[in-house]
Amino acid sequence: MAQEDVKLLGTLGSPFVCRVQIALKLKGVEYEFVAQDLQNKSEELLKYNPVHKKVPVLVHNEKPINESLVIVEYIDEAWKGKSILPTDPYQRALARFWAKFIDDKVFLAVWKSVFTIDENERETNIKEVHEAFQFLEDELKGKFFGGEEFGFVDIAAVNIAFWVPMLQEIAGLQLLTNENFPKLYKWSQEFLSKPTIKECLPPRDPIFGIFKGRYESLLASAK
Amino acid sequence: MENNNEVVLLDLWASMFGMRVRIALAEKGIKYEYIEQDIWNKSDLLLQMNPVQKKVPVLIHKGKPICESLIAVQYIDEVWNDRSPLLPSDPYAKSQARFWADYVDKKIYDLAKKVWARKGEEQEAGKKEFIEALQLLEAELGDKPFFGGDKFGFVDISLVTFYSWFYAVETIGNFSIESECPKFISWAKRCLQKESVSSTLPNSERVYEFLLDAKKRLGIE
Repeated sequence: MAQEDVKLLGTLGSPFVCRVQIALKLKGVEYEFVAQDLQNKSEELLKYNPVHKKVPVLVHNEKPINESLVIVEYIDEAWKGKSILPTDPYQRALARFWAKFIDDKVFLAVWKSVFTIDENERETNIKEVHEAFQFLEDELKGKFFGGEEFGFVDIAAVNIAFWVPMLQEIAGLQLLTNENFPKLYKWSQEFLSKPTIKECLPPRDPIFGIFKGRYESLLASAK
Repeated sequence: MENNNEVVLLDLWASMFGMRVRIALAEKGIKYEYIEQDIWNKSDLLLQMNPVQKKVPVLIHKGKPICESLIAVQYIDEVWNDRSPLLPSDPYAKSQARFWADYVDKKIYDLAKKVWARKGEEQEAGKKEFIEALQLLEAELGDKPFFGGDKFGFVDISLVTFYSWFYAVETIGNFSIESECPKFISWAKRCLQKESVSSTLPNSERVYEFLLDAKKRLGIE
């Protein structure tokens, strides 16, 4: 086996980085995590991701791959072992569709429903989050989006399982509860209990603290 | 021999997203039934096949819908994998193709819209950002004939369809894209030498008429 040099440029609190960490763990890939300061971007980050200047960046034998879902598909193809995406082309198309849906419809709406001082904006975004969650609720047919075992869509949805509960607690919202989306809620509990996932999640308290601080500053600035 | 009814495409003639799927189908020589959609009065079939986004294009294969143009193009490449590959086989090259197609998806439509939907300073800012995005793509293309190298492929398909909207965007924005991005235009013309592209891209002036009508319906001055 040739010498593999794998680096992941990332930050601890990012759900996008977490997706990549889960994929690497699933494939048993050893890598170096290079923590980034996004307020003071490193030369390495700017060299490997000149277009978006964001994390995560996977660097494999000095070749960079950017955008978390593109990276996860790359990991699935470059390393043998457990398949992350299904093998059937139609199932793959569905998996890509729902992962993109989460990217397009969930992240920004969740963020805007929490980090805003405009109550109209908050209400509009809560409604969007609920609409998105309803589609996901209806889509969940088995234990996981991937079926009996978690796969591409579950990994893409890690922010729903781990980050949404933190954010909604901070802002006093009911984005995802056992009452409003029972299947999705149950999925989040199952997903977070998987050892592979647990090992890839960042520590809750410091991340919670950072978001809480941000929320409180925002409220304070409104007064 | 494939039954025509096995592959159906719900689409709008002017959609740069739908054109991507049509080019992919043409590259693979796949026969299909094309069903023109009225996006101002959406059909039951469209709403049934794409209940989540209610948008075109929707590729339907053996009765099962595939939504999102780039996902449909990849699906076509994976199912009809015995001819004219659209994506490279090497995982790294594939990842780069996906990255750039994703860049096109994230940027080009929205930046073009800033030009055709806004006025004054906002429009000027839009023009600048749009040109910068095209220039970044020119730099990525470099001296290669196509984004994938010698062969026309995924990134070319994701991007060339916007060329049919250039006349409309230039006319509304009152600027010339070719004068700022000559390499981009020569790449687009190279793509147009391919039958799959030239038979798919609609007449630019028709697109302009379509856009003016769309603006009226959307209440955009």
